[in-house]
Amino acid sequence: MAVQYLATNRFGLGRRFDDPAIEDPKDWLIRQIGDYDPAPAAIAELAGREAIATAYAEYQGERQAMRREAKNAEMRDDDGSAVEAMRRMSRAGFRRHYGEAASARLAAAVATQTPFAERLVHFWSNHFAISADKQTVVGFAGNYENEAIRPHVMGKFSDLLTAAVHHPAMLLFLDQAQSFGPDSAFATRVRNRGRRQAPGLNENLAREIMELHTLGVRAGYTQADVTNFAKALTGLTVAGLGRGAGQRLMPADAQAGATVFVDRLHQPGALTILGKRYDQPGAKQAEAVLRDLAVHPATARHVSTKLARHFTGDEPPAALVERLADDFEKTGGDLPSLYRTLVASPEPWAAESTMFKSPWDWTVSMLRALKTPGLGERQNIAAMFTQLGQPVWRPGSPKGYDDTVATWAGSAALMQRVELASRIAGRIGDRADARQLAPLVLADALAPDTAQAIARADSPGQGLAMLFASPAFLRR
Amino acid sequence: MILSRRSILLSGITVAAAGAMPGFAYAAAGTPKRLVFVIQRGAADGLATVAPTGDPAFAAARRAMTDETAGGAKLDGMFTLHPSLAQTASLYTGKQAHFAHAVATAYRDRSHFDGQNMLEGGGSRPYGRDDGWVGRLLTLLPAAERDAIAIAPAVPLALRGSVQVGTYAPSRLPQADADLIARLTALYADDPLLHPLWDSAVKTQELASDIGGNNGRNGAELGKLAASLMLPADGARVMMVETGGWDTHSGQRNRLAAQLRGLDQLIGALQTGLGPAWNDTLVIVATEFGRTVEVNGTGGTDHGTASTAMLLGGGLAAGGKVSADWPGLAAAARYEGRDLKPTRSLERVIAGAVAHHYALDPKRVMSTLYPDA
Repeated sequence: MAVQYLATNRFGLGRRFDDPAIEDPKDWLIRQIGDYDPAPAAIAELAGREAIATAYAEYQGERQAMRREAKNAEMRDDDGSAVEAMRRMSRAGFRRHYGEAASARLAAAVATQTPFAERLVHFWSNHFAISADKQTVVGFAGNYENEAIRPHVMGKFSDLLTAAVHHPAMLLFLDQAQSFGPDSAFATRVRNRGRRQAPGLNENLAREIMELHTLGVRAGYTQADVTNFAKALTGLTVAGLGRGAGQRLMPADAQAGATVFVDRLHQPGALTILGKRYDQPGAKQAEAVLRDLAVHPATARHVSTKLARHFTGDEPPAALVERLADDFEKTGGDLPSLYRTLVASPEPWAAESTMFKSPWDWTVSMLRALKTPGLGERQNIAAMFTQLGQPVWRPGSPKGYDDTVATWAGSAALMQRVELASRIAGRIGDRADARQLAPLVLADALAPDTAQAIARADSPGQGLAMLFASPAFLRR
Repeated sequence: MILSRRSILLSGITVAAAGAMPGFAYAAAGTPKRLVFVIQRGAADGLATVAPTGDPAFAAARRAMTDETAGGAKLDGMFTLHPSLAQTASLYTGKQAHFAHAVATAYRDRSHFDGQNMLEGGGSRPYGRDDGWVGRLLTLLPAAERDAIAIAPAVPLALRGSVQVGTYAPSRLPQADADLIARLTALYADDPLLHPLWDSAVKTQELASDIGGNNGRNGAELGKLAASLMLPADGARVMMVETGGWDTHSGQRNRLAAQLRGLDQLIGALQTGLGPAWNDTLVIVATEFGRTVEVNGTGGTDHGTASTAMLLGGGLAAGGKVSADWPGLAAAARYEGRDLKPTRSLERVIAGAVAHHYALDPKRVMSTLYPDA
């Protein structure tokens, strides 16, 4: 068993060039639970929610102004390129927050002394995935991970769930900010006036919480449960961003980008979900549902299966899933307890290195191995991961990125990795010696043919590229 | 006398008979058949793509969005094509487009991920299979028509199976040098996962090197790219193209118009790029399920059940036709009171089109593509 390799690659993010030797791998992992810093330096400097919301509001304002200007004959006469250029400039100002947060995420992952904890941040961020496909979500994507996910990965699952669901990025991504109780005071008033279509329900968030975040698909809930949960969630919205009718109902003192509960949008009355009646008033209703979902046995199973898969492979061993699910149920979803059980279990240590690193994992592990920065200061980090097939915070669906070998092990993806490894190795040249680096980062998993291939490379750069493209380095 | 499969068909010999003598039929085929599967991930709204404007319940259900297809081509007394699909409408006029409506896979729930798994895997339940219907189809094809590729960073489920499949994702990174490629080929030689992936990557890189900066972002570029990978004598013959962004819960009018415009350009570029080979090409466009009959509170539609599938190409069995066992849109006629009711199996539509295209025995195609059906 390659315990050093598994501790640093499967559980961690790859060994750093300056990491001290690890005496006891399990103890090293467990200690990270206590040593974890939810706000590492690179991330603490980022803009807050209000600044992002303001930038987005400005972007919207500029867009409207541009549309008005575009209507005048002068601009309509040319090919529209001036309008397009202005639009791009405006968008660039707003998208800056996304780019900065993606760079900070990478910097934190490369620098961290608690790589197991950092991997868990990435894991939960993907479990509660938002996707920066929507303009409204783009700027908030990094803030979502940093404010909703990071503070709770060493706490209770229910707190993590509640924080994720209440963050504006999630509310905007899954259309909650535009979901209104069909019989809410607001909808009733619109209907009585009869001038336009009354606003209604959007069940997107409710469905994905049940299907993806908690119970898991086919866990026994019905369409009626989804609809009722969607009703319970109404009223929850984001201040100061939308153009929708509901914006006028926001509390006057609400800051742009703040999550608010607007009672006039809430569907009144008691609801039954999964056979239980919820008659709490206002926001308390959905909070009670979330609390119950968070500790449901199906949730324990679903979460345990995903966690087990992440640390063993495509087909997680049933015994490990069972053990984790038991732990989850017993502790009411205490995450550190779950991690301790995981590390103490034999299964993650028994399997061969069958998992294929995601583009993110692979890039982070490359950069951790290098003393000289592997990327130029002007490298666009977000664009690089898009190119590698794993855009940061943009999995394209609320399910997040799949976590199987087939997800990442494609022929084109492999060629792209070789190309990037080649480019980074080209930058580093002889400032790193792959012959000495290989036994350090691959440790007890360094295969003789890989060591030999590196030793026979025609240049230090080629040797480094071969290390990064070697079978053990591509896996975890 | 040399007979091509085409002339066998035209001369009235049944499809089953042609399938029963594959050696004879394929040996004479001058231009191997091509197949493109375009997946619409996210549940495309079949009721807005091929709108049943002749159904008396349509306007009431779609309310303010009834005119979403205004200005689109009238396909027959019942259906109107979305106006974004202008090139597709021309194909329809030329009997090179067919729309199968009110179709669905065997899946009856509303999860994208399960639905796509069923559409691609072709099983009778989600995650029932770890190979896909295209992957299984490859086993029926002669070697010359079996080269398959996906425009994607990794092999999608539909293409997985016993036949090795390539992937191609346009790359803007500088290419690795030939020496490094050769050394990695040696390093991966004994690796069961990396060896086939790498072989395919190297081969594809050589083949696609002339398209350079083509990043496949919009429909026309993607169609051009797909055609460039399929046109060469040693190019791919079976391809899967991924499209996303069909999940129109809100603001459907503009979003769907843009999506369909991209799809239309993709199809147009594919036809243009393939030139005469288009006559031997079948394009199948399908989605995991449809969307609700009624418009929701946010100008969109939610997850539904039946939708529409498109068949395009030069040799369709029933081009210029919409086929549907139309269930009607009145509330009582809907599935669970909310969705277009599926009256036909999408699996059978696909298997039927594929059997006709390759002149294979339909029963054999059905049992290979959908062994659990």
